[in-house]
Amino acid sequence: MGEKRTVSLVVNGTAYEESVETRLTLADFLRHQLGLTGTHLGCEHGVCGACTVLVDGLSVRACLMLAVQAGGADITTVEGIAPSKDRLHPLQEAFRDNHGLQCGFCTPGMLTTLLEFLRNNPSPSEGEVREAISGNLCRCTGYQGIIDAALDAAERLRGQDATARPHGGESP
Amino acid sequence: MTYIGKNQKRLEDGPLLRGLGRFADAISFAGQLHMRVVRAPVAYGRLGRIDIDAAKDLAGVFAVWTAQDIMEIGPIPFRQVTLPGMERFRQYVLARGYVRYVGDPMAVVFADDPYIAEDAADLVTAEIEILAPCLDATGPVGAFEPGVPGEAGVVEKKYGDLSDAFARADHVIELRLKIGRHAGVPLETRGAVATFDPSDNMIRLYGAAKIPHKNRITIAAIIDHPVDRIHLHEGHVGGGFGTRGEVYPEDVLVCLAARKFKRPIKWIEDRRENLVAANHSRQQTHEIRAAVDARGFVLGVDDVFWLDQGAYVRTHGGAVSELTAAMLPGPYVWPAYRSVGHIRLTNKTPCGTYRAPGRFEGSFVRERLMDAIARRLGLDPVEVRRINFIAEDAMPFDRKVDALGTDVILDSGKYEDLLDRLLERVGYHRLKAELRRRRADGEMVGMGFAYFVEKSGLGPHDDVKLILDADGRVEIVTGTASVGQGVETVLAQIGADATGLPIEVFTVTHGQTDRIDHGMGAYASRATTMVGSAVHLAGRKFNLALRQAAADMLQATAEGLAITDGRIHRTDDPSGPAVSLAELGGEYFKAHGAPLTTEATFHAERMGFPYGIHLVVARIAPDTMAIELEKFVIAFDVGKAINPMLIRGQFAGAAAQGIGGALFEEFVYDEWGQPLATNFADYLLPTVFEVPKVEILLREDAPSPLNPLGVKGAGEGGITGTGAAIAAAVDDAIGGFGAIDSLPINPARLHQLVEKLGR
Repeated sequence: MGEKRTVSLVVNGTAYEESVETRLTLADFLRHQLGLTGTHLGCEHGVCGACTVLVDGLSVRACLMLAVQAGGADITTVEGIAPSKDRLHPLQEAFRDNHGLQCGFCTPGMLTTLLEFLRNNPSPSEGEVREAISGNLCRCTGYQGIIDAALDAAERLRGQDATARPHGGESP
Repeated sequence: MTYIGKNQKRLEDGPLLRGLGRFADAISFAGQLHMRVVRAPVAYGRLGRIDIDAAKDLAGVFAVWTAQDIMEIGPIPFRQVTLPGMERFRQYVLARGYVRYVGDPMAVVFADDPYIAEDAADLVTAEIEILAPCLDATGPVGAFEPGVPGEAGVVEKKYGDLSDAFARADHVIELRLKIGRHAGVPLETRGAVATFDPSDNMIRLYGAAKIPHKNRITIAAIIDHPVDRIHLHEGHVGGGFGTRGEVYPEDVLVCLAARKFKRPIKWIEDRRENLVAANHSRQQTHEIRAAVDARGFVLGVDDVFWLDQGAYVRTHGGAVSELTAAMLPGPYVWPAYRSVGHIRLTNKTPCGTYRAPGRFEGSFVRERLMDAIARRLGLDPVEVRRINFIAEDAMPFDRKVDALGTDVILDSGKYEDLLDRLLERVGYHRLKAELRRRRADGEMVGMGFAYFVEKSGLGPHDDVKLILDADGRVEIVTGTASVGQGVETVLAQIGADATGLPIEVFTVTHGQTDRIDHGMGAYASRATTMVGSAVHLAGRKFNLALRQAAADMLQATAEGLAITDGRIHRTDDPSGPAVSLAELGGEYFKAHGAPLTTEATFHAERMGFPYGIHLVVARIAPDTMAIELEKFVIAFDVGKAINPMLIRGQFAGAAAQGIGGALFEEFVYDEWGQPLATNFADYLLPTVFEVPKVEILLREDAPSPLNPLGVKGAGEGGITGTGAAIAAAVDDAIGGFGAIDSLPINPARLHQLVEKLGR
């Protein structure tokens, strides 16, 4: 066993204080120590984007960050996007309505990446959406449904008030 | 309400959107050990002593195995096409005597923690006497081991009189064509978690995919365990594409270790392993000759090809070669034909199937050939295809070859009609003229298309159960699998129409061997045709069974009852007394002690054959040789579309994969057989920048006569013609006149070619 440290952080609105090995990645910490297995690992070398989470509102590859580096951070994972157990976030609804997912493995990273993007750019062009997800690989959809979903979500979000935003929703 | 034909939103999406998917690595058990595979670092060598002492001594390590520890375990058998003499090239789960590719499992470490298992694996060393690897399937036959030639088998498909065809030919056209080595590469890597319960001798394997029922039987046989004491469980699967879900060494090892150690064993593959250990596919070289008459009609085709199988023959046996040879003629008459395929072993990762196996490759070869014939005779590529199509009134058309144990008889098709519709859709002649103008202005831009015949609905049968529970929900229990394609939604749509119940009452169970005895899985574009047809049959019975069960309660006969919006009521009094599904489910269970259940089996003797066309406009950037796909159109006849939205999704996704194989993805090796593409920086999956919007012309003009729904499969047709169509478009763009003879077309190769052509 390697050296251990204690980290305090907030994930999806819940505060945790956990003892972690210093070499444990943030992704493995979220998945196996906190049981939040929605953050998926597709490559573990920062290319595929499936493990993207929001750290203090900014998208980060959880496979390239250590858990100990997240001390004091406010993290949003895919599990924290929906406003409640019965309701989906408009971005999630748009993914469902535009067939923006097939196997669903890249979906958590797509959602977190687009959540950040749409906050910063509420009225994107198709080209801007393409640029936003250019670091996220999808092997099933050919991306078309994801682009359609992102544009649809932007429209839905423009039409809704800000109170329905999820945890960690403040802009950086 | 009719659900078939509707863009029904998916039943699958809720948990996946919330991050609640049960993918393999989400499955854990208390007390589990983590397995890590130690893989061969060299391509070919005689395996000497493996030193496991340092690994065993590491704190947290429970055990280390080499082949010595499991000598009773035989190699992984074939589940498809077996050729004579092929057995000796099967893979043992841990290497014996020799290592034959970089990635060949040599040892496994079991530890309390996955990080420690990986540390320990790094401490395992092996003495290997390095031998010169064979890396070219087209050269002299290599050695599987000294004295054993590395040709695993030869496939031959033929019909008609070839010598007569060549004797009568006005033109003979010969080509040598190559398809590169690439693979399905699902975004989720493989994973396997096994548990063992000594009290009932039960092994359970989680992380199963594609064909759980078949794999159950295979694994039971390999580890000599009673079949009824092993169950496979499919959770969510992060993409299949032919690669995922075959029996691999790791699946066997976790089951074996769980039984031996009486502890849960978990193995999750990392990406580097995935790129060297999971099945590769595709790599073929063809030499093809066509005998053609003066008007462009092909009298006969003679083809020989070499398939670069890699180091072992895995579960598919000779299936990819057989499909290549059997389906290469595509939509054309070709009255005489022969294809001979050599399955050659090389010191690379073993090959299996990848979406449209044999058809991606064969379509590239066939359509490059048809383009070459058109050029030689001065015909438009459209015209040469018209001259050679199998006519609509010749259907069903006996291809006079067999594949996967069934005769290839094209069930229905209006080939020329679909081409006409596509040409009209894109404004072919206007587009062609416009591209000619742009080329004259100095642009490198061109158009190409490829026609292909796909296959679907491989039998022989599938079973389905429909069960009404006491809460009024209806469970569709199947032996199929979900690889992300939306099979739950499609089956629920079919079930809803057949039963007359609303779609919301259905849940769909798949991939659980303890829920239904038989299952054929999800591959070969078979789930909708085969399992969908079985759901249709079981659903009709279910409708009757519901009415029979309600008859007494409503003082009527079954014939006098109808089902509307989940209520069962008298036909002569639709708004009168009615029984709800929940009431009926509860009453039925009370009366019978078991839920109301109907079962059906759908049999199919033969496969159905959908068909389609890919049309591409490609523009090449002169400074970088980057290829931009300006236009990408797929025309496809699916017989009957159950859910057009999902079919479009299948096509768009498959097209993206085809673009990868045509332009970016390639498993390259150095001269010692070291793989050079072992991460996503070197193995290039298409990103959103490389994938254009795919236009889809979805047709239902030729329903299949082979099933009650008229459906044909849609899982593979989005990829089949991509390589051929992109090659033709790039060729047209550079004025190559057939110069594009291999895939993938990467910028470096294109640059050399353009230099050579003096463009």
